[in-house]
Amino acid sequence: MTDDKDVLRDVWFGRIPTCFTLYQDEITEREAEPYYLLLPRISYLTLVTDKVKKHFQKVMRQEEVSEIWFEYEGTPLKWHYPIGLLFDLHASNTALPWSITVHFKNFPEKDLLHCHSKDVIEAHFMACIKEADALKHKSQVINEMQKKDHKQLWMGLQNDKFEQFWAINRKLMEYPPEDSGFRYIPFRIYQATTERPFIQKLFRPIASGGQFHTLGDLLKDVCPSAITSEDGEQKTQVMIHGIEPMLETPIQWLSEHMSYPDNFLHISIIPRPTD
Amino acid sequence: VWYRENVCHHNPEGSMWSLITTPGEVVQISCGPYDLLWATLWEGQAIVREGIDRNNPQGISWSIVESPSSENGIMHVSVGVDVVWCVTKDRKVWFRRGVNSHNPCGTSWIEMVGEMMMVTVGLNNQVWGIGCDDRAIYFRQGVTPSELSGKTWKAIVSGRESDRSQTGSSTSLLSAGCFFTDDIQNQTSAIIQGDADTSSDTELASVPMSLANTPPVGAAASSSGNSTGNQTAEIRANTTVDPLDSDQGEAAVASTNDEKANLEMHKPSTNPKPSAELQWTNIDLKEAQKHPIVSISTYAETSSLSSLGMFSVGAEEQYGADEHPVWAWVSGGGCLVDLHSPLKWFTVPSGLSSSVQSLSLSITPAQTAAWRKQIFQQLSERTKRELENFRHYEQAIEQSVWVKTGTLQWWRNWKPHKWMDVRVALEQFTGSDGMRDSILFIYYMYHEEKKYIHVFLNEVTIIVEVLNEAKHSFALYTPERTKQRWPIRLAATTEQEMHDWLSLLNMSCCESRRIQGPPSHHAIWSVTCKGDIFVSEPSPELEDGPHLMPCDQMFWRQVGGHLRLIECNNRGIVWGVGYDHTAWVYTGGYGGGFIQGLASSADNIYTQSDVKCVYIYENQRWNPVTGYSSRGLPTDRYMWSDASGLQECTKINTKPPSPQWSWVSDWYIDFNTSGGTDREGWQYAADFPASYHGHKTMKDFVRRRRWARKCKIVTNGPWLEVLPVTLWDISIIPSSDADDEEAVALWAISDKGDVLCRLGVTQQNPAGTSWLHVGTDQPFTSISIGAFYQVWAIARDGSAFYRGSVSPKKPAGDCWYHIPSPQKQKLKQVSVGRTSVFVLDKNGNLWYRQGITPSYPQGSTWDHVSNNIRKMSVGPLDQVWVIADKVQGSHSLSCGTVCHRTGVQPMEPKGLSWDYGIGGGWEHITVRGNATEASRAAVHDTSDENSAVSKDLEDEESKRKTEHSKTPLMVSESQELDRNAVNC
Repeated sequence: MTDDKDVLRDVWFGRIPTCFTLYQDEITEREAEPYYLLLPRISYLTLVTDKVKKHFQKVMRQEEVSEIWFEYEGTPLKWHYPIGLLFDLHASNTALPWSITVHFKNFPEKDLLHCHSKDVIEAHFMACIKEADALKHKSQVINEMQKKDHKQLWMGLQNDKFEQFWAINRKLMEYPPEDSGFRYIPFRIYQATTERPFIQKLFRPIASGGQFHTLGDLLKDVCPSAITSEDGEQKTQVMIHGIEPMLETPIQWLSEHMSYPDNFLHISIIPRPTD
Repeated sequence: VWYRENVCHHNPEGSMWSLITTPGEVVQISCGPYDLLWATLWEGQAIVREGIDRNNPQGISWSIVESPSSENGIMHVSVGVDVVWCVTKDRKVWFRRGVNSHNPCGTSWIEMVGEMMMVTVGLNNQVWGIGCDDRAIYFRQGVTPSELSGKTWKAIVSGRESDRSQTGSSTSLLSAGCFFTDDIQNQTSAIIQGDADTSSDTELASVPMSLANTPPVGAAASSSGNSTGNQTAEIRANTTVDPLDSDQGEAAVASTNDEKANLEMHKPSTNPKPSAELQWTNIDLKEAQKHPIVSISTYAETSSLSSLGMFSVGAEEQYGADEHPVWAWVSGGGCLVDLHSPLKWFTVPSGLSSSVQSLSLSITPAQTAAWRKQIFQQLSERTKRELENFRHYEQAIEQSVWVKTGTLQWWRNWKPHKWMDVRVALEQFTGSDGMRDSILFIYYMYHEEKKYIHVFLNEVTIIVEVLNEAKHSFALYTPERTKQRWPIRLAATTEQEMHDWLSLLNMSCCESRRIQGPPSHHAIWSVTCKGDIFVSEPSPELEDGPHLMPCDQMFWRQVGGHLRLIECNNRGIVWGVGYDHTAWVYTGGYGGGFIQGLASSADNIYTQSDVKCVYIYENQRWNPVTGYSSRGLPTDRYMWSDASGLQECTKINTKPPSPQWSWVSDWYIDFNTSGGTDREGWQYAADFPASYHGHKTMKDFVRRRRWARKCKIVTNGPWLEVLPVTLWDISIIPSSDADDEEAVALWAISDKGDVLCRLGVTQQNPAGTSWLHVGTDQPFTSISIGAFYQVWAIARDGSAFYRGSVSPKKPAGDCWYHIPSPQKQKLKQVSVGRTSVFVLDKNGNLWYRQGITPSYPQGSTWDHVSNNIRKMSVGPLDQVWVIADKVQGSHSLSCGTVCHRTGVQPMEPKGLSWDYGIGGGWEHITVRGNATEASRAAVHDTSDENSAVSKDLEDEESKRKTEHSKTPLMVSESQELDRNAVNC
């Protein structure tokens, strides 16, 4: 029998094989070889691409190097979205490895946030965790933690230390036994087909009747277009961590087991491939 | 031995006592639920009553059973239905084989694993004991009718609630810093009259210990019919105890009459923790509260013995107020343990819902089947899809390197505290900014579950070697753990292994803080009671600034060598004095000792040695037959012990403090013990522990004498010996902005008490060239030279002196001015900063000299600042740092703790309160190198003001100099002259 904790592990150790190629218009001194890397799904692009940056900077003239950014098939990739989400949203159902184009010029100011140092990522990451705990526990758990616990969450992510991260994160996943769930579920729903950044609303894990809300309930409530269609056939895929959980899955369970390290359930709604 | 007649169900108190004659003096008796009755004799044998049956409950005759070992007599015996357990004087536990109704004597002894203070047997042969080392209550697991000796000892978690309610009144008084009061600590307020020697203080001081834990001492004494009855507390406990405690034996006797009655009588007390203890403590506490100061000072004094006597940094927890109870007595005589019901004594009841539980929701299996299955299935498909063909790809995040793993022992952080085997890993990784950082992981098992704790090494403030329980152990502090007074403690099996870890951990700490090379001139130096030397780089925020840095955040690193005290100034001139009084000068190197590799400088490290004494005590008790002899009461301390009496220390088993030390003399009697001795070195007292005196009186039932043995350590460090004079104290002037060539004033006291002045000390030649003798009419013990050549000193009789007219041109000054002591206190140390002068008296009070002006540098009066101080250092910013006697942390009490006076301002030189730093176990600190001021507006005022003062002082000095130079008498340096000068 498989343990629920194994889900946490599988989620944590999800990797996306990626091939980085330098954008053709970048001026190089010699030809740039593509760079292959296994990216952790739960991490952030700018946090794990030091090697990529170094690799391409070697062939570039120093004066040409400015802030690195990434693009997939014309879409600039937002570093502040977890890698797994970016892949699910833009590139699921495509052939692996994931092919990402590396840019050093013409930073798309309107699409991307700057990321000058890892402190920026840390700040964003911690802000997400705090927001999530505000939803789950009125911020009570995160506020009771010490600074070093916060640091440990971040270091756990940065150094890919599952145990280290979960030693602290488990506290964020607790709730009073009398409540049988969080206050609200921290989730964000992303749609590949719209320009809207994401949907985020207050949603309780338990229905007024006491039964658990499911993933289907959530979608019905905040994004009905994702599951209903005229002919009754589902035209979309609901993806979390590269899998499609059944719509009957309790949202509380998903939040506890399939949230990203930032404590949010990042759900991608993508068109179902037609073949 | 008396037998109580007619004890039965309707008449539980019985009717009368009848005397049973015994073949010797009985000290302890144990009666089983049926017909088994054993007792222990003064001489160490056991006696067994034979012929007990329904018709003759008194039995017929005694048989003697010899002790299992010839050297160690039986101390305590306890019997059950058909079992006998005993504890011999060496705390070994024995089980008697072959005991039954027909043969109450049994056949032979079997030695059992474990060392106990005592054991007790319950109604159905179940056994409890009190552990010898940890004083926890143990239950013998696996005692069954077929295996009466059981399998293992298992500790019983003793309830915290009852603990708290009992000791609450005393613990609440022991909050951090409660030892610092405004009261002047007078000799009269301590129990010990005029006795400043800590080791003997502590002997006396465990009286309050008995408040909490040792009342049965009295009880046992009474049953032996030999109660010395000197301690009111004990007697009080004794009387309370009697009906309850003796009910085990007494009622058990009754059981031979009426088994039913016995069982019923004992039904209420199914709790193996003797409820009697509640009453003892309550009564004693009431008694103690009448003299709160006495009880607290002595209570804490007890704990100081551990850090002073054995200088074990962590050992105070044994006595800490917030510690697990140290049990002295357990009685399970009325306890019937159902063999088939699980016992809940071994775990702490948890009130919190475990987080693991909350991770799994209660969902019906039907639901689980569908969606849950799908998630698992899809996840494994995903892993296959995304990883299978790409395993050769490089990982984005490099896994950090395991620098070192190993097996150590860890002083576990739940109760009962004890050493447990752990796996340890030091993991080093490169941070995002390229900085190396390390995490130390300690993996342990808790209730068969794997767990770990971890420490970021950049949060570690100090790693310090601890000498404890003959283990190679060290303690690791973070600011948080300093507040708790509860470091992480680890022990290695060999000294080499410990030093490897220490060296590596130290290096990692320094690396993560980017500290390397020799300490700066401003460094703060300190020495532990073990002689280890530590140095810390002060940040400007330490003394000044809007956000003062708490001193528990100071990072200390070790420097090789062994010293008793260390003094420095802000030019990087550092001197030290060893326990053998050898003077050492700092060479400018770093590392040494166990510190290897890059963390140690290649040159400037030299061999260093030191010699100190190890002391043990020979204890004797008087008895009417043989007079004083080495046969004590069964409850007495070891006849050869440490100062506290808690550890057995014989001449043979006492080893040098660590393998680094080796004996260099044989044992000899020490006549220089405080309190005085007779011609054979004995000190007398009414009882252990008490205050000792050097002559025998009618009331003295015990005596002790101290034996000393010299041992020597050979180590290395950045130190060079300064020959030939051996020293007691040193002080170096904090320099002004003078040029490097200028000679630096250095004063010292030789170990004979002579005052000396070192000539030719410069930054280039910190060792100086020669000594200049400064005459005094009595031996001196402490000296300090502050800014503007103000020299103060303390004489051996406890009075203070000011040296007039010291200047660069006249390095030895001209004459001594006697300064009356504050409130007739005897002084022991003086420290002079820029303008402040502080003295410390022998009762631990800190005094500030009021009214010092340039024209009257002797000042006018003493102002009391604080008590609870062992040692102090006043720096060139007039900052005040001390070694506090005791500081209560949130987990434990520490003795010998670095403390920093906060709120010290030019207009408020005495400061406001204490900030607590590293400790316990600290012996000495010097902040006289730290002249770095934080830059801020207010500081300018200060310096302006001070420069004004200094100018005045200099003017005054030059004026006085010219005056003095007119009188030719003052120029010469003669004994007679000084004698005249004193008291002027």
